[in-house]
Amino acid sequence: MKIINEYITRKARYNSRRHFLKTCTTGMGAMALGSLFPSLSSAATGKHIAGNSFPHFPAKAKRIIYLHMAGSPSQLELFDYKPELAKLDGKDCPDSLLEGKTFAFIQGTPKMLGPQARFQQYGDSGAWVSDRLPYFSNVVDDVCFLKAMHTEEFNHAPAQLLMQTGSPRLGRPSMGAWVTYGLGSENDNLPGFVVLASGGNTPSAGKSVWGSGFLPTVYQGVQCRSEGDPVLFLSNPEGVSRDIRKNTIDAINEINREQYETFHDPEILTRISQYEMAFRMQMSVPEIMDIGKEPAYIHEMYGTEPGVSSFANNCLLARRLVESGVRFVQLFHWGWDSHGNGELESLHHGFVRKCKDVDQPMAALLRDLKQRGLLEDTLVVWGGEFGRTPMWENRGGYIAPFKGRDHHRDAFSMWVAGGGIKGGYTHGETDEIGYYGIADQVHAHDLQATLLHQLGIDHERFTYHYQGRDFRLTDVHGKVVKEILS
Amino acid sequence: MIQKRLLLFAGIIVLLAGAVFYSRFTEKKVDFNAEIRPILNQKCMRCHGGVKRNGGLSLLFREEALAENESGLPAIIPGKPGESELISRITHSDPELRMPYEGEPLSEEEVEVFTRWIKQGAKWKPHWAYVAPQRPEVPDIESAEWAYNPIDNFVAQSLEQKELVPSPQAEKNQLIRRLSLDLIGLPPTWEQTEQFIQDTSADAYEDLVDTLLASPHFGERWAAMWLDLARYADSKGYEKDPYRNIWRYRDWVIDVFNADMPYDEFTAKQLAGDLLPNPSQEDLIATGFHRNTMNNTEGGTEDEEYRVAAVIDRLNTTWTVWQGTTMECAQCHSHPYDPFRQSDYYSSYDFFNQSKDEDLDAEYPVLEMLEPKEDSMVHELIQEIQRMSGSTEVNPQSDRISQIKQALYPRIRIGDCDGWEDVEFYHQKTAQNWARNPNNIPDKSYWIFFKDLDLSKVEEISYRYKSKGDLGKIEVRLDSAKGPLYQELDLPKSPQERWLKGKVAPVSGKRDVYIWMVNKGVNDPEGRFEIMDLYLHTEGEEIDKALVALQDELLNLRWKAQRFPIMREREPKNRRWTREFIRGNWLAPADTVYEPDVPGSLPEFDPEESRNRKGFAAWVVDPSNPLTSRVMVNRIWEQIFGRGIVETAEDFGTQGAKPSHPELLDWLALHFQEEQNWSVKGLVKTIVLSSTYRQQSQVNPEQLEKDPENRLFSRGPRVRLTAEQIRDQALVVSGVLSRKMYGPPVMPPQPDKVWQSVYNNERWIPSEGEDRFRRGIYTYWKRTSPYPSMVSFDSPSREFCVSRRIPTNTPLQALVTLNDTVFVEAAKNLAERMLGAGEELDQQLTYGYQRALLKMPTKRTLNTLGQLYHQTLANSENQAFPIQKVSNTETGRERLGAMTVVASALLNLDSFIMKE
Repeated sequence: MKIINEYITRKARYNSRRHFLKTCTTGMGAMALGSLFPSLSSAATGKHIAGNSFPHFPAKAKRIIYLHMAGSPSQLELFDYKPELAKLDGKDCPDSLLEGKTFAFIQGTPKMLGPQARFQQYGDSGAWVSDRLPYFSNVVDDVCFLKAMHTEEFNHAPAQLLMQTGSPRLGRPSMGAWVTYGLGSENDNLPGFVVLASGGNTPSAGKSVWGSGFLPTVYQGVQCRSEGDPVLFLSNPEGVSRDIRKNTIDAINEINREQYETFHDPEILTRISQYEMAFRMQMSVPEIMDIGKEPAYIHEMYGTEPGVSSFANNCLLARRLVESGVRFVQLFHWGWDSHGNGELESLHHGFVRKCKDVDQPMAALLRDLKQRGLLEDTLVVWGGEFGRTPMWENRGGYIAPFKGRDHHRDAFSMWVAGGGIKGGYTHGETDEIGYYGIADQVHAHDLQATLLHQLGIDHERFTYHYQGRDFRLTDVHGKVVKEILS
Repeated sequence: MIQKRLLLFAGIIVLLAGAVFYSRFTEKKVDFNAEIRPILNQKCMRCHGGVKRNGGLSLLFREEALAENESGLPAIIPGKPGESELISRITHSDPELRMPYEGEPLSEEEVEVFTRWIKQGAKWKPHWAYVAPQRPEVPDIESAEWAYNPIDNFVAQSLEQKELVPSPQAEKNQLIRRLSLDLIGLPPTWEQTEQFIQDTSADAYEDLVDTLLASPHFGERWAAMWLDLARYADSKGYEKDPYRNIWRYRDWVIDVFNADMPYDEFTAKQLAGDLLPNPSQEDLIATGFHRNTMNNTEGGTEDEEYRVAAVIDRLNTTWTVWQGTTMECAQCHSHPYDPFRQSDYYSSYDFFNQSKDEDLDAEYPVLEMLEPKEDSMVHELIQEIQRMSGSTEVNPQSDRISQIKQALYPRIRIGDCDGWEDVEFYHQKTAQNWARNPNNIPDKSYWIFFKDLDLSKVEEISYRYKSKGDLGKIEVRLDSAKGPLYQELDLPKSPQERWLKGKVAPVSGKRDVYIWMVNKGVNDPEGRFEIMDLYLHTEGEEIDKALVALQDELLNLRWKAQRFPIMREREPKNRRWTREFIRGNWLAPADTVYEPDVPGSLPEFDPEESRNRKGFAAWVVDPSNPLTSRVMVNRIWEQIFGRGIVETAEDFGTQGAKPSHPELLDWLALHFQEEQNWSVKGLVKTIVLSSTYRQQSQVNPEQLEKDPENRLFSRGPRVRLTAEQIRDQALVVSGVLSRKMYGPPVMPPQPDKVWQSVYNNERWIPSEGEDRFRRGIYTYWKRTSPYPSMVSFDSPSREFCVSRRIPTNTPLQALVTLNDTVFVEAAKNLAERMLGAGEELDQQLTYGYQRALLKMPTKRTLNTLGQLYHQTLANSENQAFPIQKVSNTETGRERLGAMTVVASALLNLDSFIMKE
């Protein structure tokens, strides 16, 4: 009788389109986690993925840390050194650059604006880096620069969506959601996709940039916060101790088991295990979010300060999270929108501060991952959602009060490191003023295809059927950038 | 084992041989939809469908498949399988040439059925959903006494085929909770439950149904479903995601569900309320349905891009909501599987391309509504203006906002032209944009349009303006944008505002007037000029400064009006051209201009109807439309049973799920449309009165084996409550739910720092008093940052239309119901009531369990709860919950704490989160 019951239960689970546990042992409570971050083997998800062999080919990377600089830093003050542009500084922009173009704010004829930082070559690779990033200039030999990135969007929200979800409109799953959907998590007590935001604001496109779109909501990024509860509703109400919580969950699960005996609904078993998981998360999440116990040399390396909200803290957290098996860690650092129409949005003030925010920690992150042997199979990606113009923005046709640049979709720089990507390598080239890519252009979709490729996923075969058609991260585009693979 | 396999193998051989033999000699008629279409969709259409036409071949439509392809020959010659290239290619011995390309060859049976089908004439048959439903015969069933209405006959028939019997009727307490949650979204109270249990009259159940249908909460519950489809939210979306004042649309939906407005009328008002004759204020508010599209207020965005995005969204949403059709596929290419061509998409697009809205920050067109105080001030001012100027005519019948406009005449303040119904602009311009004339637009001039201006007595027109240089010019043309020149006036340099007057030639009557602002130099700051006012002088009349001052005051009052976005149509003569976007890219329009029309694969557009949204709405609800009624009854069914008869409520096309009970679907569709005259309440009542609905939801092993997902409805629905219901239920059980209806959205407590939109100073300020305890439907819905506990329970962000919420089951949900302040407060309130319920612990526990779950606890449950209570009491750290209402004694405080823990457990039980 028992065996028959078990068979029926298993079959019911297998057939159900909901997300059931992967395994079931005889004791109802003793269940492995399965539901929050189901991996591909689950009956519920496997159905949607073309081909059962997954990953499609051996993976070079297991996880991603994506450092998104929301607002888009100027490539012309960081990596794309243009001495010719310096010579044109202050001259009227020629009509040929303006014809047929649309800008967010530039009107009429703007002036050209030379580089507002000093450049030098660093490392064995001789990579050009400006004096805005003194720490980072020491790790360039681990980094692959993409100098001719391009996109179609020149407004923040749509461009961020294109970069993170493959489409400029809302409603598609983010890269992190896709990756977690495909590969699951390596840790049963933590979410597979964690988001950390700093810089004072969440990105322009809001939570949609880490949303699950049409994928089940379990795949959306879980935002961990440095203030308040690290995960919403994680802390017990005041006065409820961990013991009491344990007793409560035991009682809930005991009554639910009784309920299961009446209703035989497999969903009840899932609920039981999810309450157990919630209990474990209450312990594991605060533990991992507490950087206080890191040794002093680590704090010195990152420039971290426990208890505050900063990009540095988030970089250290990213390392801790991937070390614990989190699949996708997405950082956003807001405030790079250097138009020149205010001090905070200018290349000589706000921008400099933002560079200081990120320089030391991102260099430390690369070093730290490397010294732990994690860089080999961890992809680190850095960049904004578009680039900035070689022209000085003249919003409304007037000279701006500060030096700044408008949004620019045709050329910008990003960098990628680790996870089977060539270090000390530069791919792509822009023209003499950094206006257009002239060699080895990489589109946002190409980058996405490449990142998936390193995870062992063929972006063209990785689809989800929704509302009558198959969707994929790269829409109908994207080409793996083979040249940068090591 | 081996023997068994051999036997099985032999069996298959016999079957196969039998099949071949049978077909050879009887030429069984091929059923295109059952036998051919699935193979085409699965194995051919990827390369030979609406998207890719490799070799010039598409198999989507018959005429395409029969046409010559790149080889110069047709793939199919009806009646002649031997000469048909298709057959030779699927049977080709060379794998390079054999189709499907690089795929497994078709099986012998598949080849045979293709051969037979071509021999029989290669007839295409429309997919079931595009053929109007026929009234099916209600089947006779064995369990006739079980059936309450025809729903049950259809359900029982399919159960009998699987040798299943219906489940017994649910216990009355289970039934009342289920019914109440389904009809009004709230659980009943324990008292109501007891009353129903005791009522043994024959009509007790039906009476209960009627009572619930009449409850004002009915509208709130069903509006929650509709608002997902309408993508209703209280913010505009995208970067800044600021507040949008559109809650009156939400209230309208609640009201019409309560009033049981017939679904055809409900449809017409939302799609085209503004085009109905003499639309009422409610008709205009109803058009808010399509003003729920997002609006990008980010600096520097191209308004036209987001206007196009909104039109596309309206089109896709309309097709999803009313037709269960994935029309969005045809934006970039013909539909890969369903009979919709890319041209169908743009013909359909044109219906939605003629509305006035243009992604403007101020969201014109809007419905303006004055508060009573301002309204009476306006009234007085208008009377004063009429006294001062003998010539001002104001029609007392027109609405107050129109009266303001009339009271201004013959003056036109440009900054206030936005929102007047009879004023339009050259594309994507507001009055302010028009008047400021930025000088970098390519064609350097554009117009403002006034409909039916009376020019018969006008002798001169004055302009109040300023200009940086001498490059500005005004041209006034009549009747059309390129019509006869009526006035031409150069604007000399004037850094200060000034009035400039110019003569006009006399013309007669009311005319359509186009005033062009012309900039004689491009990209020249000298060409920058601005116009603030127009004045039409009649018979030597001069501008009266005192009158102008009063008018300004009047206009200032107008700006105090509440403003709701609504739909308005452009003048036919200013209509937009609809062109196909090449590969869906709005920046790449093709040359062909599309006229508004409906797809050829669906019934024709009534030639008597006007070709606009109103005509389109009439087409949608026309009895000949095969989809409208089916899609709606399926939606209602899905809401009640947790699964539609067509599971993919959003897709009735060939790629969607097949209906589990096609005849039941058609019966319901026709019943809804004809007998019930589109009454949603009538439809809901029919469904919940059925015996099918009243079954208990316990699963037995036989059902679990034969019907694991309850597709056959062998038992009652057991479905997780929606996000709104989970919140509302906790508030009911703890006795704090506010039953206040309508009004601006409220902000119940949520954790700090959840809202962090950029460039937006709006803050989440927790509501006070009863607004903390309103139903979930009234919670402020911010698209980029929706209410966190609701998102955890799968509520959508409302950025786009969502046809069904897929329920998940996650640890984050457990954290919400365990720790969110809303649920903690609810537990505390319930605990207080429990402690007052009697002296004995068991009495108190039973009381709480009953209030929450509306049933009697078992002994085992009581033990478990009692143990939790004692464990908490004994726990040395027990301060259990911050308790504001401290009891007199220390023990009282501890008891309340411990009971709060127990109450919290009750609010987390599976039976509480589920509808059973």
